[in-house]
Amino acid sequence: MTTTSSEQHAVPFWRDERYLQVLAQILVVAIIAGTLYYLANNLVTALAAQNIPIGFDFLRLTAGFDIGESSIAYSRASTNAQALLVGVLNTLRVSFLGIIFSTILGAIVGVARLSNNWLVNKLAGIYVEILRNIPLLVFLIFLYSAAFVKLPRITEALELPGPIYLTNRGFFVPWAEPGDGWSTYRWVLWVGLLVAIVVAWVLRRQGQRTGRMPLILLWAPLAFVVVALLGWFIVPGQPLVSSIPVLEGRNFTGGNGLTPEFMAVLLGLVVYTSAFIAEVVRAGIQAVSKGQREAATALGLSGFQTLRLVILPQAQRVIIPPLTSQYLNLTKNSSLAVAAGYPDVYAIGRTIQNQSGRSIEIIALMMIVYLAFSLGTSLFMNWYNKRIRLVER
Amino acid sequence: MSEPIIVCQDVHKWYGHFHALRGVSMEVQKGEVIVIFGPSGSGKSTFIRTINRLEEHQQGTIVVDGIELSHDVRNIAAIRREVGMVFQQFNLFPHLTVMQNITLGPIQVRKWDKKKAEQIAMELLTRVGIPEQAQKYPGQLSGGQQQRVAIARALAMQPKIMLFDEPTSALDPEMIKEVLDVMTELAKSGMTILAVTHEMGFARAVADRMVFFDAGNIIESGPPQQIFSNPQEERTKLFLSQILSH
Repeated sequence: MTTTSSEQHAVPFWRDERYLQVLAQILVVAIIAGTLYYLANNLVTALAAQNIPIGFDFLRLTAGFDIGESSIAYSRASTNAQALLVGVLNTLRVSFLGIIFSTILGAIVGVARLSNNWLVNKLAGIYVEILRNIPLLVFLIFLYSAAFVKLPRITEALELPGPIYLTNRGFFVPWAEPGDGWSTYRWVLWVGLLVAIVVAWVLRRQGQRTGRMPLILLWAPLAFVVVALLGWFIVPGQPLVSSIPVLEGRNFTGGNGLTPEFMAVLLGLVVYTSAFIAEVVRAGIQAVSKGQREAATALGLSGFQTLRLVILPQAQRVIIPPLTSQYLNLTKNSSLAVAAGYPDVYAIGRTIQNQSGRSIEIIALMMIVYLAFSLGTSLFMNWYNKRIRLVER
Repeated sequence: MSEPIIVCQDVHKWYGHFHALRGVSMEVQKGEVIVIFGPSGSGKSTFIRTINRLEEHQQGTIVVDGIELSHDVRNIAAIRREVGMVFQQFNLFPHLTVMQNITLGPIQVRKWDKKKAEQIAMELLTRVGIPEQAQKYPGQLSGGQQQRVAIARALAMQPKIMLFDEPTSALDPEMIKEVLDVMTELAKSGMTILAVTHEMGFARAVADRMVFFDAGNIIESGPPQQIFSNPQEERTKLFLSQILSH
């Protein structure tokens, strides 16, 4: 005992790994702090020399420019802050829809790549190999300038059944608008939602009792649809009126329009990201050992039961972390929307920057916005990943 | 003599150009315990895997419990319900507890009530000696315990036939005994068993018949006494001398 401690004391501190570890950490922190101080100091002195103060007052100034599409009320008389908010919401809209559609498409293509059907298998392989090897920017510019804006002019719109009109100013599709029965029908929809929740709860209870979990994701939405349909015939008046796009002069009225910019960005992001997600899904399924499938088969489980009860629960643990990366990529790649003229937060931020000259503040705001989106996604996915983790010794 | 429970006639299997099974014929009586042994690559695992169609045979007939294995999916499903299988690598489902592993088949395939399935699972766990592990996950158990859970999982389907594919080959030496004890008890209870194994002590003690495989065919078969003391074929003698010498 005494000899060991005296030996330890005998080691000089520059050879003692405990000191060295602490020392290394102090060194790293010092280097980072020093670099940050240098950069900040450089910025402040440079700005002071050119007499440019830092501040966010410009956000309250009038924007003075138009934005192609907005999900909130906006005009050129609105403030810069409102303009930026429009951009944030547009980025959110395209990212959120992009994540949902690319996940669905990616899962289908990923499973198709493992198909025993030769044709399906090869088509999925070609899809993945082509799409993930074209730069997204090139692909977006192709979609926008070679596909969507090359559609016929609005007066010669391509008409599909529906009617859906395809033009170089966007797609115009029939939409539903509240009718005279809407105020009552709205309550029917709430009741439907309630019924769906009750159905889901009852099925879950039943599943826990019998050990056979029913397909809740199938039956609960079905219950909602049934209530919604019943309500449609019971509620007096027209709950919803269909609004059909009609060409009036040089533009369509009625219906709902999707701009070519939005379509190009959404389609580009979805198709591009789905190729990566397909590979993630394929790898996840293949990572489940062959023995698992054999054991399930030997027990007499059907192919669908094996996939649902044995393969997918294990595959998702492998799939979730890289899938999270793909979601983050998609969100950040949405800043390439500027190439197709879609007014996302980056495009609008650039416009404000040009007008106000507030580069530092704008760049800082944009970084904060993307960081917030990405951290939010990460937090959610990490929480989910932790919840489904395997228990080991 | 009663009707045999498994009848195989002239079973052939190819992997591409490799002829894995070359006309295997064999009959198994109800309650018979058969130990299959032979060098690696001789087709012994492939053979028992054709019995519940984890491998598809390309020629010949296999009849299990009166049902012929063909491309008829209903027949395949019916046979898989009656045939339990234990693998070398255990293949327990790591995302399910021991209890859920055992009740998965009875609940999903046999459509039993959860209560009944869990009650039978507890009985089986007691039988294999680890009732206290029911709520643990496979990753928390030792190899021997995992293999005993795997045996309980196969038994929970109340099969008429049990297949063992090298059940002790992936185990540490001190865990082999606990698994063999369970298998011995099972053999003595009258279960029909086909076991691919090189545990010659087990074979000597409980096998009714030993079957020696080489190069995709049965070279020799007979009761353990005859195989050990008086093998007829040169190839059998050589193989036995190699595995018994250490």
